[in-house]
Amino acid sequence: MQIRVSVNAAERVHEVEARLLLVHLLRDELGLTGTHWGCDTSNCGACTVWLDEVPVKSCTVLAVMADGHRVRTVEGLEGPGGLDQIQQSFIECHGLQCGFCTPGILMTARWLLDRVPDPTEQEIRETISGQVCRCTGYENIVRSVRHAAESEQAGWSDAEQAGRSEAGQSAWSEQARTGQSGWAAS
Amino acid sequence: MGRVVTPVGFGPLRRKEDLRLVRGRGRFVDDIALPGMLHGAILRSPYAHARIVSVDTSAAESHPKVRAVLTGADLAARDMAWMPTASHDVAAVLACEKVHFQGQEVAFVVAEDRYAARDALALIEVEYEPLPAVVDARTALDPDAPLVRDEQPGCTDNHIFDWESGDAAATDAVFAAAEHVSDCDLVYPRVHPAPLETCGIVADADRIEGRLTVHATTQAPHTHRVLYSRIAGVPEHRIRVVAPDIGGGFGNKVAMYPGYLCAVVASTVTGRPVKWVEDRSENLMASSFARDYHMRGEIAATRDGRILAVRVRVLADHGAFNATSQPSRFPAGFFGVFTGSYDLRAAHCRVTGVHTNKAPGGVAYACSFRITEASYLVERLVDVLAHDLGLDPARLRMDNLLRAEQFPHPTPTGWEYDSGDYPATLRLALEIAGYDELRAEQAATRAEYERTGRGRLLGIGLSFFTEAVGAGPRRTMDIMGLGMADGADLRVHPSGGAVLAVSCMSQGQGHETTFAQIIGHELGIPADQVQVVQGDTDRTPFGLGTYGSRSTAVSGAATVVAARRVRERARLVAGAMLEIDPIDLEWVPGRWQVRGDPTAGASLTEIAAAAHSGLELPDGVEGHLDASCVYNPPNLTFPCGAYLCVVEVDPVTGEVRVRRFVAVDDCGVRINPMIVAGQVHRGLADGIGMALMELITFDPDGNHLAASFMDYLLPTSMECPSWELGETVTPSPHHPIGAKGVGESATVGSPAAVVNAVLDAIGVRHADMPLTPAQVWRAVQGRPLRPDLAIR
Repeated sequence: MQIRVSVNAAERVHEVEARLLLVHLLRDELGLTGTHWGCDTSNCGACTVWLDEVPVKSCTVLAVMADGHRVRTVEGLEGPGGLDQIQQSFIECHGLQCGFCTPGILMTARWLLDRVPDPTEQEIRETISGQVCRCTGYENIVRSVRHAAESEQAGWSDAEQAGRSEAGQSAWSEQARTGQSGWAAS
Repeated sequence: MGRVVTPVGFGPLRRKEDLRLVRGRGRFVDDIALPGMLHGAILRSPYAHARIVSVDTSAAESHPKVRAVLTGADLAARDMAWMPTASHDVAAVLACEKVHFQGQEVAFVVAEDRYAARDALALIEVEYEPLPAVVDARTALDPDAPLVRDEQPGCTDNHIFDWESGDAAATDAVFAAAEHVSDCDLVYPRVHPAPLETCGIVADADRIEGRLTVHATTQAPHTHRVLYSRIAGVPEHRIRVVAPDIGGGFGNKVAMYPGYLCAVVASTVTGRPVKWVEDRSENLMASSFARDYHMRGEIAATRDGRILAVRVRVLADHGAFNATSQPSRFPAGFFGVFTGSYDLRAAHCRVTGVHTNKAPGGVAYACSFRITEASYLVERLVDVLAHDLGLDPARLRMDNLLRAEQFPHPTPTGWEYDSGDYPATLRLALEIAGYDELRAEQAATRAEYERTGRGRLLGIGLSFFTEAVGAGPRRTMDIMGLGMADGADLRVHPSGGAVLAVSCMSQGQGHETTFAQIIGHELGIPADQVQVVQGDTDRTPFGLGTYGSRSTAVSGAATVVAARRVRERARLVAGAMLEIDPIDLEWVPGRWQVRGDPTAGASLTEIAAAAHSGLELPDGVEGHLDASCVYNPPNLTFPCGAYLCVVEVDPVTGEVRVRRFVAVDDCGVRINPMIVAGQVHRGLADGIGMALMELITFDPDGNHLAASFMDYLLPTSMECPSWELGETVTPSPHHPIGAKGVGESATVGSPAAVVNAVLDAIGVRHADMPLTPAQVWRAVQGRPLRPDLAIR
């Protein structure tokens, strides 16, 4: 059947089988391979995308359910000015390792920050609890989201951001030495 | 923005890898689509043990989108129904006469799309004759146990191997004379590495060129190339194995799996590229699991707590095929380091391996070849001893740890620990945690609980571990006869930038950054001018790959040596440039300069340009600075760490909350402390997962009861605390920059800390992992279950 979907603000018309999963539409038909497929059961969250403005796990959403709706994937995070702050913060705070879970987590984290600009650690942990990461032990993900929130709250420019990054790197050594959690202390 | 890595040398640099990964531009195996590509799917056995009476593929073959169906008989006709494993056993590729475990591969379908391939599986008719299954390792050697491997000539039992380490007589003598002996039966349950990216392959057999190109999820591309060649009969020089971005490995992606080989055969048969990617259930059911050790440990001591000896008996469940990926000479891996971090007079272990009707493997799950089991055993035994003697577990450890002056230390089981300051490491952990205050708080909490019957109990758990990473040496350590060494090729361009090709393969450990930093440190060039190539057998030197924390310890060492060779060639060229005897030059970072005259010299960039120019070069320099190294480690490296976990347990519900986790690691010199910390965080989360949640379990018929993430529970952000890290640094004396490797340390050290903490909270001497609420509640009631019997 034919569906009409807006993916990352581009209108798409597609002929799909009724059973086609949204994750496979995005990856196999549209070539948007940033969205990953990890578990089939909505447990790992690697396939998280936005359907309209809400994060969904695209491994358990049929493509036809997106008919007439807007989908946003990790490829749609980056703006004309470069990386979204949440992407930048994940780089700054070492919020990823293998990077397989990262796109899904970025989508969930962006959604949180759009609604709760200054989330607490607990709010961040609860919000990303539907995303499994096997590499980071979550700490640096939480730090990344906090860092993004702080950057956006402060309205730092990219240049200021780059300056802070250098500081961030020395803060890293400090943390590694003292065992102090940088974000919790800040 | 965009400038991710520039500075020179060691330090917490942001990673090169991240720019593509945060944009969704990583290239994982399932992201690869080749023109004309077909999709494979595997029909798997519903039974743990059954004879195959017949397989009828005719209906599947007539499906309009199906291009080929392979069965065991088809592979047998090609002499490929069985493949060698890393442990001198064979494993079925597609089952022929019988199936040995639930989820075993029976047939392989290729079709025009992945949905059609799945559809066609339902059209294959297999008639099975179910057989009784042996599921419990403890009954596998019973005389009436079903025979798992009766297809093998002369098979009369399920026994695989017996392996011993240490001196039995000396150990028995110490035990006989000891004032006190504590003992404990422990199960380290079967768990699964469960990388978030499952295993997969895109195989492209080019009939015209006679070449096989494989994009696959592998931690060891060169090893896999050798295996494809041996099994599929294609000469090695015609095979290219590419590991693109890999979504976590943790040991799971070392082994060769039937799906890989079926995709290769299917591509050969159809003349088209074939992709096969596991789903999550397949990954949990049929790819390499970890652990599954039943252990009986005894510890001998004086009454005042001087530890004298440890004696261990292990029953190792290796599943249907012995497919452990570990050095051939060590059937139980490096379990021989079960003496841990203590100064013992004697030690002995005996390990018996058995077959059961369960998935094959027994990999290191983020652990260097069975050290996780060994470490858990000794750290539980020390806590049991402390419990029995009424001693403080921190004090008991401090009194028995090896002292700094005892290194290098020959252990009673024949290993030589390279360096470490164990007491300082433990002291730092206790300091960061505020151990004495915690004990005071614990006493107050318990008093309150005993007075009111309400509240949570505080538990403090310690563990001290010694890891053994960086395998070889190649003389004693090999996989499938391939000696464990690794290579590095370093090319320096006329511009002064460099390309480093290494045989290890990142699965998220940040090699592109760390290895560029090593070059930066050795040659004084910015890390962003170093391109690191890995995971492509056509472009990288031979080596055994990334597992057992080998990357920094072995490939990293090869990289250092190659860089130093470049530096020495640069010295000769600089001598020619400056018309001075090279012996009169000294190296300052990035530059050779005339001794005593800092104004005269040449930078590496100038030297590289000169080496490629028409300059008359000295003997031994042919026209560039390039150098390579194959590094054969003289010994393992031995990182260590002291971990302290604080939990709160609700004795009424059995719920456990990890409140704090202090981890002090000594992994020698840290190249990128940010990446090291990230690696430690990961392993600590593993410890919480294994101690509290993760369990691959089976019913008595061998049905797999944890085949999805709904049943196989992994830690999330809600179970993990904010980690508190510390470090001590004792460089490895034989590694060229003193680095030891850290990727698996925390996985090795953390489970015991969590279990010790939970049992400390509820005052129970022993209960087996995973300490689920049900298991904790039962332990409080005084009747804990074995994990293989545990009701979740």
